[in-house]
Amino acid sequence: MDKKACDKILYIDDKPFAIGNEKNLLEVIRNAGYDLPTFCYRSDLSVYGACRMCVVEIEGRGVQASCTVPPEPGMKVTINTEKTRRIRRMVIKLLLANHSKDCTTCSKSGECDLQEAASRLGITDIPFECEEKKHPLDTGNPAVIRDPNKCILCGACVRTCREIQGKSVLDFVYRGSNTIVSPAFKKNLDEVNCTFCGQCVAVCPTGALRIRSELDNFWKMVLDKNKKVVVQVAPAVRVAFGEAFGIKPGKNLIGMITAALRKVGVDKVFDTTFAADLTIMEEATEFVNMLKSKKDFPLLTSCCPAWVRHVEQKYPQFISHLSTCRSPQQMFGAVAKELLSKEYGIRREEICVVSVMPCTAKKSEARRKEFSVNSDPDVDVVLTTQELIKMVKAGNINFSALEPQEMDSPFGVFSGAGVIFGASGGVAEAALRTAYKLVTGEALGEIEIKPLRGLKSFKEFAVNIKGEVISVAVVNTLSQASKLLEDIAAHKVHYHLVEVMACPGGCIAGAGQPYSIDRMAIREGRLKGLYQDDVDSRIRVSYENEEVQKLYDKWLQNPNSEIAHQFLHTHYHNRKRITGEDIGLFRKGSEVLPKTTVCVCVGTSCYVHGSYDFIEAIMAKIRAEGLEDAVMVKATFCLQQCGHGPNIKIDDQIISHATVDRVSEIFDRYIRVKYKK
Amino acid sequence: MIDVNEKKFYKVDDIVKKHGFKKMNLIAILQEIQGEYRYLPEEIMTYVATVMNLPLSHIFGVATFYSQFSLEPKGKYEIKICDGTACHVRGSEPIIKAVRNKLNLTKDKKTTDDLLFSLETVSCLGACGLAPVVVINDKVYPQMTPEKISKVIDDLKSLKKE
Repeated sequence: MDKKACDKILYIDDKPFAIGNEKNLLEVIRNAGYDLPTFCYRSDLSVYGACRMCVVEIEGRGVQASCTVPPEPGMKVTINTEKTRRIRRMVIKLLLANHSKDCTTCSKSGECDLQEAASRLGITDIPFECEEKKHPLDTGNPAVIRDPNKCILCGACVRTCREIQGKSVLDFVYRGSNTIVSPAFKKNLDEVNCTFCGQCVAVCPTGALRIRSELDNFWKMVLDKNKKVVVQVAPAVRVAFGEAFGIKPGKNLIGMITAALRKVGVDKVFDTTFAADLTIMEEATEFVNMLKSKKDFPLLTSCCPAWVRHVEQKYPQFISHLSTCRSPQQMFGAVAKELLSKEYGIRREEICVVSVMPCTAKKSEARRKEFSVNSDPDVDVVLTTQELIKMVKAGNINFSALEPQEMDSPFGVFSGAGVIFGASGGVAEAALRTAYKLVTGEALGEIEIKPLRGLKSFKEFAVNIKGEVISVAVVNTLSQASKLLEDIAAHKVHYHLVEVMACPGGCIAGAGQPYSIDRMAIREGRLKGLYQDDVDSRIRVSYENEEVQKLYDKWLQNPNSEIAHQFLHTHYHNRKRITGEDIGLFRKGSEVLPKTTVCVCVGTSCYVHGSYDFIEAIMAKIRAEGLEDAVMVKATFCLQQCGHGPNIKIDDQIISHATVDRVSEIFDRYIRVKYKK
Repeated sequence: MIDVNEKKFYKVDDIVKKHGFKKMNLIAILQEIQGEYRYLPEEIMTYVATVMNLPLSHIFGVATFYSQFSLEPKGKYEIKICDGTACHVRGSEPIIKAVRNKLNLTKDKKTTDDLLFSLETVSCLGACGLAPVVVINDKVYPQMTPEKISKVIDDLKSLKKE
């Protein structure tokens, strides 16, 4: 061995192993073929070193958590010693002493890392008096259940929300034995700036964060003879489903999923991919119209509901840039309910649309008020891949014995462009394939846009369409998306089209996909599977999907037509980031004068546009006019008009662009008039 | 709606500005805000998070980590009864009981409804020679008994009436 190679060697249980480029000892140990358990370590997050399960003995340094130790040449490491074994067992016993004991009824049972570690280490009794503090469950939202009683404080969710999504919805609060992971003020997730992306659920080693299951509802619909149950399956589901049955990630199992769904009694099985093609027709047309009218770019994609919610909460000035296209899930729901109710001659409510999604945020999207007609939702039930797996098991189906089946027509026909919607970069690639055709009348020469593919969180590409250079950015994770929006707002960069997916790598890594701790390799596998499916597809561009064309010919006329807008497009609105009360600034009682209330928004957007100065000015004005007995001034958080800040509300009337120089004018117009003698 | 008077609200903004909106000064900012309000109102923390561009969960995490911060209003008179070793053996417990009885407080209800008094027990005030010790605001009351503390409270109450 030459000297250089020797430098990069350390010893594990007396055998030499290469360090390679690993940044911590745990990775070297794992590469060496050991399966050291951890709760808090995730290769794509910062190192926290809290769980102490990965302890090893290092010669001369004693017992260390291997995830926190940088590997050094010549290091002598022992994995299993009397001490490390005792520490690992003690960690589990202490965690279990404070943990809920309802394993048998926990939805994470069988996939719980704590349960597995306890069984692996042969923990059969807990020598400590168990302290059971009962924390209330957070069940206020349609997507995620938060159960602090099952939390082991590994912090994976806290780091995911902060580092991957840049949201910091969750943090450690209180101290010592009272510490819990919670949103601010112990509010529920639906009361704060959570987007329900579910990535916290995807990293939770226990059942402390889990998906809100809609399986009971699904079975109720399927077993109801008066309901026609129509299922749509999203692209990313098919390449991950098999993992639960020991099949490699990336294997396309749509045929078997279809067979399983029919076997439990579903009436029709369709493909969300069909709706993805429809989305492309609409979105590409929207984009081409923007090119023609030279409208303000960029166009932001709107397929990812967590992303849409993020923009609504944090970047209201970009709401007008979001594509008005509904997501494929919602397009499918609207089209299926409308057309199938007519075809069967039954009422809309008697059709039950179930979607199978890789995503938790889709559950929340389906509950948006815009997506229902007379309070009948376009999508009734949203199941995640995980729930579908449970459904197959609960349905007493021998999955491996199933023969693949074809999907139903007409919404079972799809193009390869629709399939790649499940990967970050796929929507932009699919849109470009069609937009190019719409503008030039010709097919895109190189149909595979390789620079937009892969797991990287930022990708870009430029294409020349009829002499105009069109630049496209693709980002995944909300932290990257926020960074990009801020750069766009600061005019540092310029793009025509921006695709965003909230999950790292896109929908293939959605929180509804099967749970796994080895996430990077699995994502690669799923990604490969999707792009292979594109290659294998009979048609590869959305405009060649003949069923989509028929839909336009028979019903929707043209992309972006009035009727298409009615069924396939939507609108967005500002969203308050936190529920809370107002701050009353002065309110003195007066019996004589009628009362006026002035609310001044001090939310982020209004604050930076000078709402604070407005408060000072309006209060000075009120005092100068001697009306402080009559006018109550409040500081409030978000009047949900953030794009037009600073905003104020005088009694029930919202006034936008309330800048300091307008104080006198606003006072005269809205306040003085009430008190004229 | 919480009632925050105008002067104090301006103060909050001054405090944050004075510290240059810096994340590293968060604890000092919260301390000064608590100095104004005698506790950290939820709405004010939301405001601070907004103007400092910090996650609210983070501010809440800091505010709940340190026992010096209170999320509930404290009384005008903050009674601190020492229950450290020396005070404990000299009989701090009967004093705690007496104050709770007199003011209708419990372990969980720490502030009187009229916001005049709040009670907390502390572990050592460093004045063991004077045990049992009670501190109200910044005044030290040495060698307390249930009777003596009762009189102190009565005196403070009558002060308010004047």
